[in-house]
Amino acid sequence: MAKSVIVYSTPSCPWCIRLKQFLKENNVLFSDRDVAADKPAADEMVKKSGQMGVPVLDIEGEIIVGFDKDKIKQLLGL
Amino acid sequence: MQIYDLIIIGAGPAGITASVYAARKKLNFLVISLDIGGQTAWSGDIENYTGYQFITGPELTEKFQEHLRKYDIALKENEEVLELVKSAEVISVNTNKGNYQSRTVIIASGKKSRELGVPGEKEFKNHGLTYCATCDGPLFSAKTVAVIGGGNSAMDAALQLTKIAKHIYIINITEKLAGDQIMFEKIKQAQNVTILNNHQIMAITGDKFVRAIKIKNKDGQKELAVEGVFVEIGLIPNSVFAKNVEKNTKNEINIDLTNQTNIPGVFAAGDVTNVLEKQIIIAAGEGSKAALSAYRYLAKNKF
Repeated sequence: MAKSVIVYSTPSCPWCIRLKQFLKENNVLFSDRDVAADKPAADEMVKKSGQMGVPVLDIEGEIIVGFDKDKIKQLLGL
Repeated sequence: MQIYDLIIIGAGPAGITASVYAARKKLNFLVISLDIGGQTAWSGDIENYTGYQFITGPELTEKFQEHLRKYDIALKENEEVLELVKSAEVISVNTNKGNYQSRTVIIASGKKSRELGVPGEKEFKNHGLTYCATCDGPLFSAKTVAVIGGGNSAMDAALQLTKIAKHIYIINITEKLAGDQIMFEKIKQAQNVTILNNHQIMAITGDKFVRAIKIKNKDGQKELAVEGVFVEIGLIPNSVFAKNVEKNTKNEINIDLTNQTNIPGVFAAGDVTNVLEKQIIIAAGEGSKAALSAYRYLAKNKF
């Protein structure tokens, strides 16, 4: 079964755009939470990651801050 | 080991334009870069790139990338060049992931944010302190924040934040803000901006997140309660790896009119160089010049 993947991002952040592009290219389905428009999502992101930088990726509870391609590949088995 | 005709370091406007030209000259080349778009990707609104009356930084970056994808270009992303060594006719490019060899190199590695160097900066990075207003700005909705700096990028950050934050302090070390008059007028008109000229930041404090900054002027030191700190005090060139390449006092790589450095076969383009103006369109133009110079150099030396 596909892993549950959540991306916390802002529309204007270049690394967020690249991260989402990368996931799409690899046919990874993800839930996209825009923390600029969605305050509860922003609070959730800060709580989960303990910090305020975007993007944040939640793969089945494993939190990755930033576009760490190698770690994402490893966690998703790409 | 394979010897490339050309290795391009960096994929901002200079590196990407150089790549397009190199591809059209059918050179056997490689692009090595930490990111795509460079500072363009972090820019807000762009209104002076010919052909686009208005485009955002991320959008223009996407256009650059589309252009790059049109050609079959070997791109090593998320890879950092650590060293550049020329011996005889071959230039070795050593990165954090591998070693490559080439006849020519174009250094288009751009610039990065200068750090404040005050207590609390490292601890609070991503905990209220950020170098990217465009990225992280939206997380500071209804909060009081400080922008550190007094130039165009500081004003740009402050303007982006006027729509998001509750109040913005601009902490500027000089007598007055310097830069575009249009932006300065917009700042003056904004209801939620306080400009503190002649003030220097001394420290950033807080618990898990930023709670305050310490600032001082000639009358003494005081504390300002803020939850966000946006650092916009300029840039430094990414030129450290190019050890034997001649630089000016600002650590920018010295180039001649053909983008040649002091080392034959090593060219440079864009913001990492001593070119007088740092603009996206200038970096792009310089990238094309450097690629054509590298092509001419290869032909002349019959490589």
